[in-house]
Amino acid sequence: MSVSQANETNPVRQVPDRLRSPLQRLLASWEILLLGVAVAVFVLNSFASPYFLDPWNLSDATFNFTEKALIAFAMALLIVSGEIDLSVASIIALASTAMGFAVQLGAETPTLVLVGLGVGLLCGAFNGALVTGLGLPSIVVTIGTMSLFRGISYIVLGDKAYTGYPADFAFFGQGYVWWVISFEFVLFAFMAVLFAVLLHKTNFGRAVYVIGNNPVGALFSGIRVPRVKFALFLLTGVMSGVAAICLTSRLGATRPSIAFGWELEVVTMVVLGGVNILGGSGTIPGVVIAAFVMGMVTFGFGLLNVPGIVMSIFIGLLLIGVIALPRIARRMLAARRG
Amino acid sequence: MTLSFLKSRELVLGVAILALLLAIASRFPAFIEPANLAKVFNDTAPLIILALGQMAVILTRCIDLSVAANLALTGMVVAMLNTLYPGLPIPVILMVSILLGAVMGLANGLLVWKLDIPPIVVTLGTMTVYRGIIFLISDGAWINAHEMSESFKAFPRAVFLGLPVLSWIAIVAVTGFAVLIGRTALGRAFYAVGGNPHAAVYTGINVGQTQCAAFVLSGALAGLTGYLWVARYAVAYVDIAGGFELEVVAACVIGGISIAGGIGSVGGALLGALFLGIVKNALPVINISPFWQLAISGSAIIVAVAFNATSTRSKGRVILKKAEHAQ
Repeated sequence: MSVSQANETNPVRQVPDRLRSPLQRLLASWEILLLGVAVAVFVLNSFASPYFLDPWNLSDATFNFTEKALIAFAMALLIVSGEIDLSVASIIALASTAMGFAVQLGAETPTLVLVGLGVGLLCGAFNGALVTGLGLPSIVVTIGTMSLFRGISYIVLGDKAYTGYPADFAFFGQGYVWWVISFEFVLFAFMAVLFAVLLHKTNFGRAVYVIGNNPVGALFSGIRVPRVKFALFLLTGVMSGVAAICLTSRLGATRPSIAFGWELEVVTMVVLGGVNILGGSGTIPGVVIAAFVMGMVTFGFGLLNVPGIVMSIFIGLLLIGVIALPRIARRMLAARRG
Repeated sequence: MTLSFLKSRELVLGVAILALLLAIASRFPAFIEPANLAKVFNDTAPLIILALGQMAVILTRCIDLSVAANLALTGMVVAMLNTLYPGLPIPVILMVSILLGAVMGLANGLLVWKLDIPPIVVTLGTMTVYRGIIFLISDGAWINAHEMSESFKAFPRAVFLGLPVLSWIAIVAVTGFAVLIGRTALGRAFYAVGGNPHAAVYTGINVGQTQCAAFVLSGALAGLTGYLWVARYAVAYVDIAGGFELEVVAACVIGGISIAGGIGSVGGALLGALFLGIVKNALPVINISPFWQLAISGSAIIVAVAFNATSTRSKGRVILKKAEHAQ
């Protein structure tokens, strides 16, 4: 059954006579295109507002994307493998609520970090077990857990909020390592390298691509597909936990509506970064540049006093546009070739 | 075989609903008085109407997450129309809301059909775009009860043969859908496209067009519900029905509609919506905080999808792969 499906869903691809030169490939790549957009946004922003080029303002701007990007790295791997996790924002809510609860019991910062990571891990394990253990479609499972995880936060908190985090806990979201370089930015850079190595330089990363391109083939070549997918859900859960620690530390308070709607922005970031939403291709450098583009656009709009909901229109259009435009372009090219 | 399974699924759900009602009634007999049950049904009517449209979309292996935003935008537009031209007759308002909703559904459908973009991505995107447009046209302001005309607000509440018009519209929608799904070529095409897109192509069905039709249908119903919602609650603002799309999907999944497409029934969608509606209305009665609602519908989705999967395991797991069309 599933063998025939894999054959059916892969349309025949045209194989060219020879490969283009490495330079040509680099120049035509999505990442270079995106880098151009990033530079354009940067230049436009610096013309649009005199406050943009201030080092402290730029440093503040990085907070717009660092937390989301932390999740986007793990999400990129998950989407490359052909799955998706829409519950990430709700994992943040639950992890943050658990940390707030721990504070009420008198927990210190190290315990809070462990609680945040632990809840993220558990949520990821729950998603992973449902998807790989029971063989359920990840999209429905995570729509379900999206309600469930945030629902638990609402049950615990209702219309109240947790505050009173210890003073040294503020370092994760508000601390600076050196001059204008924030802890979050350093974490973002470190994770970017870590995930790039994981996806592009390890056997595990190759397995992720293989699974995304052909799950049945992966199985026959000895890759333990469910185990890899389970690991990816765990990873996404833990990274959501990390994001929860940073965000909670930055805001200094937990409400059940924390990080509401972030799943959309994280998925948009991944797709904008050139990851195929159907799985099988994508790179971490692409996601890193996409994070910068989205962060700079959001920050630029903010400087121009554009309300948040108008930015969300832009993000929605961006999500559709980045998938639609290459398809339209390819179709037009194909039409011209006859 | 399939038919008997569907029947049993509806039976299981029907029994579950009865058990739920009896359990509530054992402590709060007033809950199952006919007048209260009619009230619960009326309260659930918007969910039922939206679940029907969503069912058509899910049958064709797609998903429509933009229904709540569509509802809110249409509601805002007709409310603004009403404040500008208070004399506009109700049939015109109804036409406008259905048309506007259908146009938004068409936008989703065309992106899925003509550009082959996965439905989940399209509707996640249009969901935020539609919500954002409400803000743009309203400047974030509310339209309150006193700004709406009396006839505008009265229509869904008007009582006809013992039930409010809102309930009647839900009943008409269910009946209409039963006919559409069971007795027309389009209804069969929904199942064919979801069950096996490749086979559907060979039988002469245009897969993309059928999916587009499902989106238009879902959009039109969302638009209609938009007017009914705004008129019933007598207020329109950016965030009305926020997150309602998840409840609609939940109703479908609970009703046994397979997210992998091709399996489901009108009765299932109706019962799934009623199940959620009864839970929602029962929570305050049995003195549980309404904050439990979200977690309960989340758990219900997970339990239902696990239950569905035991019978449809071979249906494939990677839903995003399913988004690819047969060319």
